[in-house]
Amino acid sequence: MQAAGTGGLVRRTAWRLRLVFLFAMLAALPYLLSYSQQEIAVLLVINVLLVCSYRLLTLTGEWSLGHVVIMGVGAYASALLAKQFGVPVPLSMLLGGCMAAATAALLSFPLFRMKGFYFLIGSFAAGEIIRLIWKRFTDPFGGPKGLKRIDPFPDIEASFLSVDFYEPVNYYFLALAVVSVSLFVLYRIERSRIGLTFHAIHWQDRLAESVGVDTFRYRTLAFVIASFFAGIAGGLYAHYVGAVNPTRFSVDQMVYVLVWAIVGGTATFHGPILGVVVLTVINEIVLRALGLDTARPLIYGAILILSVLYLPNGLESLGPRLQARWRRWRGGPAAAGREPA
Amino acid sequence: MNVPGERPILEARGLTRRFGGLVAVNNFSFSVHEDAIHGLIGPNGAGKTTTFNVISGFYAPTAGRVLFRGLDISGRKTSALAAMGLVRTFQGSTLFQEFSVLDNVRVGRHLGARAGFLSRLIGTDRISEREADAKARETLAFFGLEELAGEPVSNLPHGHQRMLGMAVALAAEPKVLLLDEPFTGMNPEETRRMMALVRRIRDRGVTIMLVEHDMQAVMNLCDIITVMNFGALLVEGAPEAVRNDPAVIEAYLGSTDGAGHAS
Repeated sequence: MQAAGTGGLVRRTAWRLRLVFLFAMLAALPYLLSYSQQEIAVLLVINVLLVCSYRLLTLTGEWSLGHVVIMGVGAYASALLAKQFGVPVPLSMLLGGCMAAATAALLSFPLFRMKGFYFLIGSFAAGEIIRLIWKRFTDPFGGPKGLKRIDPFPDIEASFLSVDFYEPVNYYFLALAVVSVSLFVLYRIERSRIGLTFHAIHWQDRLAESVGVDTFRYRTLAFVIASFFAGIAGGLYAHYVGAVNPTRFSVDQMVYVLVWAIVGGTATFHGPILGVVVLTVINEIVLRALGLDTARPLIYGAILILSVLYLPNGLESLGPRLQARWRRWRGGPAAAGREPA
Repeated sequence: MNVPGERPILEARGLTRRFGGLVAVNNFSFSVHEDAIHGLIGPNGAGKTTTFNVISGFYAPTAGRVLFRGLDISGRKTSALAAMGLVRTFQGSTLFQEFSVLDNVRVGRHLGARAGFLSRLIGTDRISEREADAKARETLAFFGLEELAGEPVSNLPHGHQRMLGMAVALAAEPKVLLLDEPFTGMNPEETRRMMALVRRIRDRGVTIMLVEHDMQAVMNLCDIITVMNFGALLVEGAPEAVRNDPAVIEAYLGSTDGAGHAS
């Protein structure tokens, strides 16, 4: 008992040290980057939230094609609230998240009558309808051109502190803080009984239902939570870039989210984060350096095919696999010698 | 020995279920009495499984009603029925195969482990979760599976998986337990042990209704047996009466006097 207790303590301390190290790295990161790379880092942090919120929905076994549109709902709502009603920006972002969640709650009534492939197509259709509404109604959505000159995040002007969020470095830290808190909440949800129930619905929804799990309500819950955080990501995006339009939230963008999630692997919490980070680095640094960045869809497609063929459990499975191989390689001859004993 | 109570706890009245032109269950009525072990048998295609699916809320009845403790429950959701105390099991090893044995039963404790969203988030659901955990282990102990709590389900032999399926259902604290072919695919020894378990569950105050093909098990276990044929009631009675009923023998073995009763 005591041994297990100290073992747990050691593991927890190791975890905390790793986390501190990670945050130190993340804090140092923008100072090692060029200005344009800092801008990419901001978008990357926002995309981490987008893909992690997406994973929460996939825990129930349902894959949506409307997640980026839901992010757009958050972005449009937050932008419009700030522009038209003068709602202060941090609050408008929160309300944008709530708007995205409310949209998801409404959509869940038609969508969760379907499962699997039908849900996938249904979510795509729902997303396209929302995008058509943005395009068709120039007032207030700005039509195909979308919204421009969205209020930026207000600067902090105190006597001792002055932070201008037009600077990518500062916005990076803002996004990092918001996304860290959001990821922590998502992580807690997954580790709680709610997460267990999501998994249960994924693997055997009829059995879960038979012991009292209202599967419709829990699917809706996953969809609403995922959409809330996608909406927050949308708000972060809108007030950073300063413009949103329907094309930015098209199904092309959704495909990138899918590729990040699949290439990273959705079995663990960190898988999709790994996916979006690695693919963004490949895209923005390697391809740009080679002058191949216009070939992004082609190369993403190739990476997707290769990872599905050779790494079906995603990048997250690469670590344990390499570790096992390393152990076998090192322990190989010795273990073979010991075998008869 | 428990004697079945007088009060019906579960009733079907004129139950009918059609699939397009096919009438799977046709004006079928029965009543299950409290503390009984009630068998539902019949030849293949008689409509037993459809009846089970209608009672457990998977299908709504096309006509007729299902009453649970006198309350009309026809067409209610399976999860709502579970909350009222009507829980079913499934054929074969329908389990959360990717979970540990304990986590399977923990999901079964879904209704007993209530907590708000926020308390789950900040971890104040610990008390109710610890209770759910203890209850889950207690249920596993009842089935003699407590030592396998940490094992992944896929490592369990078939017989243990069937018991675990029952443990998941029992963790939901049912008043009536619907068992869908609990003895299928078991050897005689496993069947014997399972029968003893079913009796012990009944002795805990759980009324049991089961669909089963293993005639010997049904005859030995059940207090009362309902026989279905072509979606309708054929005979109902005590095991000895049913065993010797000419209509039942005919339904199972075919007509003895040639083409007289061809349908």
